[in-house]
Amino acid sequence: MDISAFLDGFAVVTEPQNLFYCLLGVLIGMLIGVLPGLGPAATMAILLPIVYTVDPVSAVIMLAGIYYGAQYGGTITSVLLQLPGEASSVVTVFDGFALAKQGKAGTALGIAAIGSFVGATISIVGLTLLAPLVASWALDFGPPEYAALALLGVLLVATIGSGHTVKALIAATIGLLFATVGRDSFTNASRFTFDSLQLADGLDFVVVAMGLFGVGEILYNLEARYGKAHVPAKVANVWPSRKDMKQSSGAIGRGSLIGFFLGVLPGGGAVMASLAAYATEKRIAKEPERFGRGAIEGVAAPETANNAAATSSFIPLLTLGIPANASMAMLFAALLVLGVSPGPQLVEENPELFWGVINSMYIGNILLLILSIPLVGLFVRILRVRPAILAPITALITILGVYTINNSTFDIFVMIAFGVIGYLMKKTGFEPGPMVLAFVLGAILEDSVRRSLLIFDGDPTGFFTRPISGTILALFVLVVLFPIVGAIRTRRSARTATTDHSDREDSPR
Amino acid sequence: MSERDERPAPARRSDILAELEAETAREREEHRPPAGGPAYQVASTLVALAVGVTGAVLAYGYGLGTLRRPGAGLWPFVIAVVVVILSLLLLVLGRHLDDSEKFTRSSLLVLVGLVTFVGLGVLLPVIGFEIPALLLCVIWLRFLGGETWRSTIVISLVTVTAFYLLFLVGLRIPLPHLF
Repeated sequence: MDISAFLDGFAVVTEPQNLFYCLLGVLIGMLIGVLPGLGPAATMAILLPIVYTVDPVSAVIMLAGIYYGAQYGGTITSVLLQLPGEASSVVTVFDGFALAKQGKAGTALGIAAIGSFVGATISIVGLTLLAPLVASWALDFGPPEYAALALLGVLLVATIGSGHTVKALIAATIGLLFATVGRDSFTNASRFTFDSLQLADGLDFVVVAMGLFGVGEILYNLEARYGKAHVPAKVANVWPSRKDMKQSSGAIGRGSLIGFFLGVLPGGGAVMASLAAYATEKRIAKEPERFGRGAIEGVAAPETANNAAATSSFIPLLTLGIPANASMAMLFAALLVLGVSPGPQLVEENPELFWGVINSMYIGNILLLILSIPLVGLFVRILRVRPAILAPITALITILGVYTINNSTFDIFVMIAFGVIGYLMKKTGFEPGPMVLAFVLGAILEDSVRRSLLIFDGDPTGFFTRPISGTILALFVLVVLFPIVGAIRTRRSARTATTDHSDREDSPR
Repeated sequence: MSERDERPAPARRSDILAELEAETAREREEHRPPAGGPAYQVASTLVALAVGVTGAVLAYGYGLGTLRRPGAGLWPFVIAVVVVILSLLLLVLGRHLDDSEKFTRSSLLVLVGLVTFVGLGVLLPVIGFEIPALLLCVIWLRFLGGETWRSTIVISLVTVTAFYLLFLVGLRIPLPHLF
């Protein structure tokens, strides 16, 4: 690892402007984490136009801050209101709310904040050490490897994410189809443009993402009646006692590791990590029945893991150029707008950006620890803000923001159209996440596949005979087959279980 | 929440994760409208199928070429065919999924919101952003959000002024404006 570049990264972060954007990012992240409605990916999408006006490094630092800041904020509503602000904080509700009812809301929030900080910091250290290694290993990747990797990335996001797998795959493939709109870069022929000049350059991914995520989610939230603002439980002493710390230290340690490794996997990310960490603690606990009734480990483990995972999910993006989840796809889009193509060459060609962003996370997490322990009262008060007040503000940010990209009203209507698509997808059980991710990766995927075919002289078996692309594609096949085999097995065991289930029904519970 | 205590203890340890996932899914559903029936599933899948078929037909027209010399249409054609295959698969498998949501009376709110979006897009180049933005705020706060007239007017004015200062004075972005 290049130590001096790493240290220079800190010089970049501590520039006042970058510190300001780091603080702004984590503050926005905390806020949207606390407030129900917009998730981090949607918020990042809505704020993407900012990369056109602000310094590139600052913009990326801010967007990254929104992502990991949201993981901290999501805890607060889970514990105090039993309403998870983020999907990755859903499991925290079980024990967090139980603790709050026992008057220990402060302890839960304090442990969650400390766990989040530890998990994230361990994960950043891992990221610092691992990312340059992965990047240098990936430097020899050619088009076939990229094609295979992008394909695996899209598949994993579709299969591991929430929702029905076939639906997610349909969303992803339609996303790939949308990516082909415009002039073909090889033959210069127009595709799916319907003779529209504005479509000749293709659909702008910032506009598409703002539509599918931003507008789609804003419209969807209009329908959800969150009703009146909630009056949260009182938060007393946030500093956890030594006993609580001792009790949750194991959970924090294990949560950090689980989070780090699941976060690296494409599609894994924070939600899976929080579930897996909670399940692990419950499994190894001496008294598993305490879980769900206010076990402090039940708060510490998932909150640690979701932050560790949020952090390590930067690895595939910064080293391979493959976004691991929807929020990373937004960062990917931001980097492309800035003319930086994320990938193994990033650490060499843009050390300022690479280390600036990674090191901003060390600082950002310290800021978040301060925001969520001494200043937690402020965010608790924000819970009293009614969601209805924020809705028109986000709507205006989205419309005016998208207009400023190209000073074009056409973009507004494209965004609205994708917003309607995003809303209808959510209503019919299709996740817009895989579609956005596939859309962002679509151009790279097509480009790599066609370059590879040139290399292989038109022989597609070449993908399988090269060692690395072959291995990745073998993984691809495994990922496709695994759920099919699993489904058959559960169906078979369900059939055998029905007989003894009917016996059990009669016995007293 | 007392029903949490009545949950039967997990039969097998490996089920903990699955059980958690089911519980979190339930938790998320609580604030949402009821699920739509098979009609919702079939209709949405047919839309996907139509996208796939249209894409395939159009892509075929752009010329497939050969693997050695791929035409402009080859890649989109392959993708569109995958869309068609997956949609047909979903048509068979997905009829009884419960992940869709019924359109209810409150879906009309979404329609109103959509109209204000389009309205702002249409009016922005004509009369600048201030008046349409103010109207959007008023509609969203008073009629979609159920705020009182007093807070509607105060918040709308503050918001539009803040945007004016941020975009035109602060960031110097040439947004169409009246004043």
